[in-house]
Amino acid sequence: MATVTIGLMDPPYESANTVTGFRIIDAALRKGHHVNVFLYEGAVALGFAEQKPHANPVKGKSVEEFDHPNPKDWVHALFELAATRGVELDWVNCGLCVDERGVDKQVEGARRGSPADFWKLAEAADGLLFIPTR
Amino acid sequence: MARYLSVVEEPYRATVEEQDDTAVWFTHALRNAGAEVTLLLCGDAVNYAVPGQDARGLRFGAREVRTAPEIDRDVIALIGRGAAVYVVAEDLVERGLPEGGLIPEVQRVSRGDLARLFADHDRVLHW
Repeated sequence: MATVTIGLMDPPYESANTVTGFRIIDAALRKGHHVNVFLYEGAVALGFAEQKPHANPVKGKSVEEFDHPNPKDWVHALFELAATRGVELDWVNCGLCVDERGVDKQVEGARRGSPADFWKLAEAADGLLFIPTR
Repeated sequence: MARYLSVVEEPYRATVEEQDDTAVWFTHALRNAGAEVTLLLCGDAVNYAVPGQDARGLRFGAREVRTAPEIDRDVIALIGRGAAVYVVAEDLVERGLPEGGLIPEVQRVSRGDLARLFADHDRVLHW
């Protein structure tokens, strides 16, 4: 069992980096590893609790039919996965990034931190991957 | 009424989250509102003209992505609404995409003819 620290920077609904990051986190948890995630800049909105699914008028689909995913639900699902696997998922938002975006209402389990916390998580990890915005 | 050319060059930007390509979706929404639109796929976006793409099967924890993006079908739907869709022929060749493997209604345009295509439109949206 290892500990992996992953940094994400892209905001929701903007980049394939988000899904790539989530896939790596999911895979690491499934394999029984502890995962630390540090959310920087726009990525702090991934766990924003007030995200809402919407309908798709172009396709003529209702909210229920479209089943639009919100990243906050994926974050919640990752916490549940960690619990079922008996491993730790630490979801740490850059607090200043949260403040400047007003996304302080976060899914249960997310916590506030700083680059110093990222450094501690990186130091404690067996592996580090930071996926920055391009 | 102005004619709009929507140029998509950066594909698969957040398609799993959005369940759409946002530029193709926006172009379709303009068309539904009554605008006269043309879609031009260039660069890596030419892959949107390849039928049979399947993005199903993704899940995070127990949360399955139940409505996967179907960009090829979205392109077909846009054509069905009366919009012309072009791909840059040289971009297909550079990516090894076969001539016969595209959505049949998609039209090819060479790089040498792009200026004429642009000139045929009044407004250009470059995504």
